[in-house]
Amino acid sequence: MMYNLSPLGDQAVVIEVDTEISQLAKKNVKSIVACLNAANPPWMIEYIPAYTTVTISYAVELDSCETPYDFVCSEINQLLANVKEVSNSHREIVRIPVLYGGEHGPDLDFVAAHNGLTTEEVITIHTSGEYTVHMIGFAPGFPFIGGMSEKIAAPRRETPRLEIPARTVGIAGMQTGVYPIASPGGWQLIGRTPIELFLPTEDPPSLLTAGDRIRFYEITPEQYKEMRGDVE
Amino acid sequence: MITVMKSGLQDTIQDTGRKGYQKFGVVVSGAMDPFSHRVANLLVGNEGQEATLEMTLVGPRLLFEKDVVISICGGDLQPKIAGVPVPMWKPVFIRKGSELAFGAAVAGSRAYLAVAGGIDVPVVMNSRSTYVKAKIGGFHGRALQTGDLLSIANPTGVSAAIKQRLGTNEEAFRAADWLIAAKLLPNLSNRYVIRVMRGRQYDLFDGQSQNGFWNEPFTVSSLSDRMGYRINGPALKLKEQTEMISETVTYGSIQVPTDGNPIILAADRQTTGGYPKIGQISSINFTKLAQAKAGDQLTFNEVTIIESQKLMAMQEMNLKELRAYISTKFR
Repeated sequence: MMYNLSPLGDQAVVIEVDTEISQLAKKNVKSIVACLNAANPPWMIEYIPAYTTVTISYAVELDSCETPYDFVCSEINQLLANVKEVSNSHREIVRIPVLYGGEHGPDLDFVAAHNGLTTEEVITIHTSGEYTVHMIGFAPGFPFIGGMSEKIAAPRRETPRLEIPARTVGIAGMQTGVYPIASPGGWQLIGRTPIELFLPTEDPPSLLTAGDRIRFYEITPEQYKEMRGDVE
Repeated sequence: MITVMKSGLQDTIQDTGRKGYQKFGVVVSGAMDPFSHRVANLLVGNEGQEATLEMTLVGPRLLFEKDVVISICGGDLQPKIAGVPVPMWKPVFIRKGSELAFGAAVAGSRAYLAVAGGIDVPVVMNSRSTYVKAKIGGFHGRALQTGDLLSIANPTGVSAAIKQRLGTNEEAFRAADWLIAAKLLPNLSNRYVIRVMRGRQYDLFDGQSQNGFWNEPFTVSSLSDRMGYRINGPALKLKEQTEMISETVTYGSIQVPTDGNPIILAADRQTTGGYPKIGQISSINFTKLAQAKAGDQLTFNEVTIIESQKLMAMQEMNLKELRAYISTKFR
């Protein structure tokens, strides 16, 4: 496997497997993650996978005059010399219910008009795709999702909203995503899911993990209410 | 028990941060000034990673309902009991019924209050740190409010010995007659020289921007908080516009959005970012960053990762010595 090592400050190192997003990069990131999970080296605090990189934060105290960075790099080189390729195992599909339009999806009409479609057509296209979670980042449990049809792509809003409610489903450019917690943002909002993506009291605290496959399906306001239970 | 008689501007409970969950997008948080947080803990006989109270710019008024040993480190928020200044950077015995009042910052911007045993709040994902945006950790996931009651965890034997040594039935408080070595105390001012390593995308910036970055001062903007500091100075431009692939960022990453005004990421930073990073602040200078306030000037001096890690190793040694000194002195 080809990769580059470079420091991210004095407490982390970045393993970069490619300079652009590719299937091979995705596979190599996965293989490195599997290798780190298996080895769990004592100097590793945690690792964070992204599109083309895996970053490892570390803490190491040395008696020798070797620097922690050099030590960690040579450890990583040893580990990755024996890295096994992970097959593209078929994870189960996570199905995410969405109540489209209305107060929860104020920009559904815009996305439809922008693409010369009806709102029903936007929903049909959004629910018929199979998506991949490339990475979790930006906010707790926030999935970077790839695989949306360009037929429903829409530019970000010129002025971001100051607060987007938790669990809102949006579109920005060619991406679709779900906001796990309330945050400001410029995405076009098309609906809302009743299920939580960020689960602070569970382990793992995120519904989704990098590599997951997902599908969206449409629900009615009644189903939405029922799925929320007593919460609202 | 500690009662918050009046809350400060932003009092949050912090420890060394929420580690191990960044792969799920969970923000690390933790003390903005990890050095002051740790020293405050060591001075009261704690291990170092216990939860302390981080106070920003204007501190709270706190009523102690039990005899307790505390220490206050970091920025000077004018701590007083009954109008009498309470010394910082040393252990202080506080008699029950005393009210500790903080004022506005006169040097630096963040102070840390450690109590023997540590502030006891539930552990969420391995940490007691507050992350206000996701409402997790700390005291009910939020900054303290007037009327809140804080519990204190059980102190160590060292803490008990300090308490016995300093305890008094006369004054409202009594401070130890020693403090930490002067070489350990941070120099707080309005101008900071900060050690910076080249960022992962340093080479993408044009020569003029690279020169400006090292040679001209930047001013901390008022748009600065636990998530990040916006700083104003020479505009930083890329040789050519490129879309970067999102990757992990960390405390001290200096990223540059398209408008050319850098953002220094801090404790509550998001886990990943898509802007190019021109530099990375050396961990040894997180204290300076945490203590800088709006209007303060920052100048960046280049260091290598080797120098940076050597400085950290030296600081680690000093803190270990401090800990050893305290546990031998009090047992």
